[in-house]
Amino acid sequence: MEANLEWYIGLSTILFTIGALGVLTRRNAIIIFMSVEMMLNAANLAFVAFARHHANLDGQLFVFFVMTVAAAEVAVGLALIVAIFRSKQNINVDDLNLLKG
Amino acid sequence: MGNLILFIPLAVVAIAAAVGMVISRNAVHSALFLVVNFASVAVLYILLEAPFLAMVQVTVYAGAIMVLFLFVIMLLGAEQLSGLQGGSQRALVERGIAGVLALVLVVIFAIATFGGGGIEGAANLEPMDTAPQSLGLLLFNAYVLPFELTAVLLLAATIGVAVLSDFKKGGK
Repeated sequence: MEANLEWYIGLSTILFTIGALGVLTRRNAIIIFMSVEMMLNAANLAFVAFARHHANLDGQLFVFFVMTVAAAEVAVGLALIVAIFRSKQNINVDDLNLLKG
Repeated sequence: MGNLILFIPLAVVAIAAAVGMVISRNAVHSALFLVVNFASVAVLYILLEAPFLAMVQVTVYAGAIMVLFLFVIMLLGAEQLSGLQGGSQRALVERGIAGVLALVLVVIFAIATFGGGGIEGAANLEPMDTAPQSLGLLLFNAYVLPFELTAVLLLAATIGVAVLSDFKKGGK
């Protein structure tokens, strides 16, 4: 039996939801970043599935752009985490209230 | 779009790795679970006739990005910092919101795909040219402006990282 578009979109939905749950429930900033990566990855899976469904390469190109943005986001985010860790010795997001007035 | 005999085990591995990443208490274990998740999604890309994207997924995501994550985790010694916190009132409220979000997403998905009689034309797939050459041609013709913008984005990210890590103080 053939796995058609619904199966891929279903898997993409499940992975995105697990990523969102990770962002909402975890307090470690690094785990939150990893969950965001997984959400981007779930969106990429949906892009590739729709690209195959419509036999169109544009969807695959969007995945490249998403990957570029994800790589830039990870580099800047991890640099921020390292900078915060240097000053506060902690990366628990509940303790980060430097911007509070 | 791939046989179910191949799809279902891959999907199970991807979901199990995703759950393992979220609930694991050790950050290094989380990162390794995420590598498994990325690898299984790369195999799904092959089933979806995107072999070049599968290679990029393995090298960029499972390779470069995850090495960066593991490097930072081990640099900070952050393996055991703040796992799931049980008990506190706010954590329970947040988990409730997360659960409602998950339920809403699953219900919307179920209605959209199985309620409306499925997606049209799912049975007859056209053949598709998936050579890296055609991807490159499309990238440098129709999408050349976004491509240049990503170059600017990466430059900005590089400068931002250099500023954030305070290279002047560290160097001298």
